Parts: sequence; structure tokens; C-alpha cells
Amino acid sequence: MKIKEICSEINIFVRDLNKKSINIMEVCGTHTMEIARNGLKQLLPPEINLISGPGCPVCVTPTIEIDRIIEIINNYDITIFSFGDMIKVPGSTSSLAYEKSKGKDVVICYSPLYALEFAANNPDKNVIFIAIGFETTAPLTSVIVKRANDKKLRNFFIYCTHKIIPPALEALLKDKEIQIDGLLLPGHVSAIIGSTPYKFISNLYNIPGVISGFDPEGILQAVKMILIQLLKKKPKIEIEYKSVVREEGNTIAINQIHEVFEVEDSVWRGLGNIPGSGLKLKPDFSEFDAKLKFPIKKLISTEPKKCECGNVLKGIKKPDECKLFSKLCTPDNPIGPCMVSSEGTCAAYYKFYRLRY
Amino acid sequence: MLNKRNKNDFSQLKVINISHGDGGLKTGELINNFILKYLKNELLEKLEDSASLYIKNEKIAFTADSFVVEPIFFPGGDIGKLSICGTVNDLVTTGCTPFALSLSLILEEGFPLKELENILISIRKTIKEVNLSNNGIDLRIVTGDTKVVGKGFADKIFINTSGIGLNQSNIEISPSKIKVGDSILINGGIGEHGLAILSQRKEFNFKTNLLSDCAPLNSLVNDICKSSDKIHAMRDATRGGLARVLIEMSQASKTTFEIDKVSIPIKKEIKGLCEFLGMDPFYIANEGKMIIFVESKDEQKVLGAMKRNKYGKDSQLIGKVAKKSQGVVIINTEIGTKRILDLHYSEQLPRIC
Repeated sequence: MKIKEICSEINIFVRDLNKKSINIMEVCGTHTMEIARNGLKQLLPPEINLISGPGCPVCVTPTIEIDRIIEIINNYDITIFSFGDMIKVPGSTSSLAYEKSKGKDVVICYSPLYALEFAANNPDKNVIFIAIGFETTAPLTSVIVKRANDKKLRNFFIYCTHKIIPPALEALLKDKEIQIDGLLLPGHVSAIIGSTPYKFISNLYNIPGVISGFDPEGILQAVKMILIQLLKKKPKIEIEYKSVVREEGNTIAINQIHEVFEVEDSVWRGLGNIPGSGLKLKPDFSEFDAKLKFPIKKLISTEPKKCECGNVLKGIKKPDECKLFSKLCTPDNPIGPCMVSSEGTCAAYYKFYRLRY
Repeated sequence: MLNKRNKNDFSQLKVINISHGDGGLKTGELINNFILKYLKNELLEKLEDSASLYIKNEKIAFTADSFVVEPIFFPGGDIGKLSICGTVNDLVTTGCTPFALSLSLILEEGFPLKELENILISIRKTIKEVNLSNNGIDLRIVTGDTKVVGKGFADKIFINTSGIGLNQSNIEISPSKIKVGDSILINGGIGEHGLAILSQRKEFNFKTNLLSDCAPLNSLVNDICKSSDKIHAMRDATRGGLARVLIEMSQASKTTFEIDKVSIPIKKEIKGLCEFLGMDPFYIANEGKMIIFVESKDEQKVLGAMKRNKYGKDSQLIGKVAKKSQGVVIINTEIGTKRILDLHYSEQLPRIC
């Protein structure tokens, strides 16, 4: 069986590296979930320390953004469309799920096309779609903004919280508190942006990076590729997920993003403000920007006390090192977003590692 | 239980939210913290699919269920068929024969009578199918109620059914009978009802050939019980999926289950859709799946009987009862690792049944 062979090779390479611990960051939340779901840590030698990263868009959305969205729906008559995970994330005093139960028009959707269709069919309603995600979902948001523009819709808006991954990775690599020996790079983001934007990781920081698929074999193969690079002391950016990712990425999707969005500074939960890491609508499309159309008073929010989401997102702490984990903070009563999101590290730990048998 | 809560639980004690209906932990909280708090008795607190009542030493099963599925007509069934199957299946899980049903309708003003007719025809057809193998008993709807509410105060039609079943063969089937070493069987593929419903929801927009597995399982259960007198427990998997049944049964019987993921039947289309949508088929609703706990020496006999039944062609052995414990379900993955199956995560699919 291929997995057995890959694992034997991993064991040999780890032995040859002769290091007490090798920290590999799984940037993407989906990788964290799949590693947990398949029990992959059981197949890896103890020297390999898989640490979680900030690749979960819901998790890195700061509390203040939730507060702002709730402030908008409490001050204006809005139908708000959101992906399911977002509505459970707690803000400072409420959540979209709670607002929904109070009667606010909050709709869970699986595709922004549904929000667009609703807006077209209900011209008397103001519709906001919460556009969240990394480079994977940004092209789709671009498409619907352009469609809204073509249809001359006056009642459709996006609340843009899109972020981009490479600047966040650079922020992590600059952080002296975090020791990373290798990066398992996100599969879906890379399908859009390709491998070139990550080259600074190996060129400037001498750290190996491998773009990995999501099946167990792909993930283990990517780990093996990182170890080989460490042994050869020749870090580079490689693609394991060759069926989906090309070096140049998906140029059509990249162009879609550039057509509609420009880059801005953005605050990431746990990482703080990262220059050039967020996306914002270009002036040509500013009429669809919910933040401009529905101004609100300035808010001050703080992250919840004792919540370690920030440190979990940087890989400094494991979820069960947070005092709130599984006691006060559970998937059904979350304090921080890492517990809520379907890609959240705390949710993965809660679901798959919490109980010992 | 509610005393030490985080202040971020905004919904605590204030309002019902949609996840109270998901069949997972939140539903459990609602039941434990409200319904049982005020109405607890030794029968209700068992929280079984149907309650076993003793009337003049005769055991009867009594159950009730409500149906709010949206859309009301879906591939493979409709709310009428569902309302009969749901209650019949709850009765037969304790080895009882369905004897009588009630049918209560809440109708929205403006609901087309033609659609009501189609639902009633479907109800009649489903009862007729049940009666083809109902141990000589003629199941009928013997009482009911009809209410009409103004437009916008209900969504077309809501149905409640309750049912009585007779324990004709004096068999005792319950989670307390589950023993270490028992084999765990299922009569076919998981996740079909949930995804069939989802495929019809406006926001999904994907074309499939998926059909709900909605079916009355009394004939299957009869065949199972005829093939072996070592059936220890049964439960049908509905909201919350296969995961909920396994976790609840392991906790009720205080045993550890070991489940082989690779053995769980699942249609290719379901698997592919789940991967595409990021859903876990373990947690997706079914409406025609029964999980059986049988002494291992009768495992092949029962499996054979199941496969000969119309609703059991894809039956499989999926695991074993491994040992006594506080109640935990372990999945043996395809790659030879182990992990826990947890109830706390549930698919957010409102109005699935």
C-alpha cells in the first residue's frame, strides 16, 4: 500500500535528519481537518510536530468585523446572506445566529449566486452578501459583483472581508516566537494563485514549502517532500497537488480578482494588522461596497478574555492548551471562531482528539 | 448544567434557534433542560424512539413525530409518505407491530387542495405497503385533527403522527440488551435522504438523480426477527445520521463500538457530493435505514435475510461492540488509523424531516 511506503520513507528521513522536533505548519484549515479526520498523526514519527496555521478565513476574522456587520443590520433594513459558519461566530455582544433568532433577516447560503438572484428578484430589499475567504472564493465574489454591475442592481452589496495568504505567511515567518521548519501550503488557494507567490518563503527565509492535496496519501507525500528538502538543505516551493495546481495558477481567476479588487491592509485575528493582506472593491465597483453604503459609528471591540484563538492560529499553542477549550468553549457554545469554523483547529481537536479511548 | 456558561452564549435561555432542531447536541439540550426538566418520568427520560407501555400486562409501544420537511414533495417521497414511515419505523425498532395511527394536519391558508390530495393519496399508499407485511394487523389512521392558520403562519403543511404498536412476539429489544461481541449491521447506503432534500433547495442548484431512501421498514424488521432470536437492539437513523444512532446507542448501552469506515455502504454520488459540499455523510439524515445489533453467531443469517428484503439489498456488517466503557464510538479509517466519532458536530440542515 502506497501509504505504508511513504510512511517508511518518512521514518527514514526523520532518523537521518536527527532533530528532536521538526515543526511543519499546516497552513490551511482544511488540511488540519483532514489530518485529524484520518488520524494521520498516528502514522507519523513523534519528531514531526504538525502545527496549525491561519488558513481559516472565519477564524482570522476579528471580533470587530462581526460587531460591524451586526451594527449594520441593526441600523438598516437588510437581508444578509452568509455562509453557515460565519453566523455562529460570537461578536462582542451578539452573533448573526442570535440576530437571526431575534427576527433579523439572516440567510445561510452555500453560494453567493443565490444572494445575487434573491436581490434581483426582490428589488425592494437591500441585500448584503458577506464575502469571506481567501483567494479561493474571491474570484466568485468578483463574478457576482460584475454580474450585479451588468444587471445594474441597486440593492445588492458585498461586505468584503476577503484576505490573501502570502502576506500572512510572511508575517508568520518574521515572528520570532514561531519556529517553523516547513510549510504545508494550501491546496485550493494555490489552485488559484499557483506556486510563484510563495517563492519568497524558500528564497528569503530558507524554508521548504509544499503545496499539498487533501487526501491522506497526498498529505503524507507532501510531508515527505518537505523532509527531503530539509535533508538536502535546498529549500524550494514544490507542488504535490499536481492534478489541480499549476505553477502559474489559474490566470483567468487571478484576472477576475484584479479586475474587481485592490489590495489593502487588513487585521487578522491573532496576527494583527498585516499590510497588503486584504481585498477591497476597486472604485469602479464601490457602489456595491456595503461598508460605504451603510456607514456605522466607530466601534471598539476586544477579543474575548482568555481566548487563545490568536496563538492557535499562529501555531504557538495547541487548542487543548487553551484554558477555555471544551470547558467553556465548545462548538455549540463557542467563545472564539476557531471552535466554530468547519476548518477551525479547535473544532478539529474537539471533534477528533478531545476524547481518548 | 447551565450554571457555568460562557457569556458569549447569547442564545442561552432566551430564544429557540434553528440548531435546536438539528437532532444533535442542541436538540439534546432543549430536551434535557426544558422538556425533561418539567415533564420527567421514568418512561420519558429513556428518550427512546417509542415508549414501552404495559397495559394490563400487555406491552404496547407508543410514539409521536412531527414533520416539517421542506420541500414537501421531494425525489423519492413527500411529507405524507415520510409521516407514515417515520412513525412506523419508530414503532418497529422495539420489535412491535404497528397497530393504529393518528394524523394531525396544520394547513396554511392558500395551500392548494390538489397538493393536499396528493399527500393523502401518498399516505394511503404507504399504509397499504405497510399492511402487506404487518403480521396480520390492519394498520389504519383512526383519529386525527385538522387546523388551518392564516397565510404566512405555517409553511404549506405541517404534519404530526402518533402511533401504537403491539408486541406480539414478546421479544425484548432495547439498547440495554446490547452485549460485548455483538455485530452491528446496516441495511444500505447512508446520507441519501438529506442530500435528496438538499438538491431541491433553491440555494443549492445541483442536478442529481438522488432519491430519498424514505421507506417503511416493518417488512425488513419482520424478516430480521424471523431469521434470529438474538436481535438485541435496533434503531433507525434519521436526523443526525448514522453518527447520532451509534453514539446514542453506545452511551445507552455503555459500550465501545468499533466501526470500519470502509464497510459503511455509501453511493458514489453521495460520497462525491459530500466531498464537494464539505459535508460528512455520517451526520446526514436518512429515512429508511435501520441499525441492527445482533449476537455475532447470527450475523450472517441476519445479513442474508436483510439482503433478501427489498429495503436491504445493500446491507453490510459495519462493526462490532468491542468492550464495556462509558460509551464511545471508534472509527477504523481506511488507512489503518483510529479516531473518535463525536456527536457535537451536526450538519446544519434545517427542516430535513
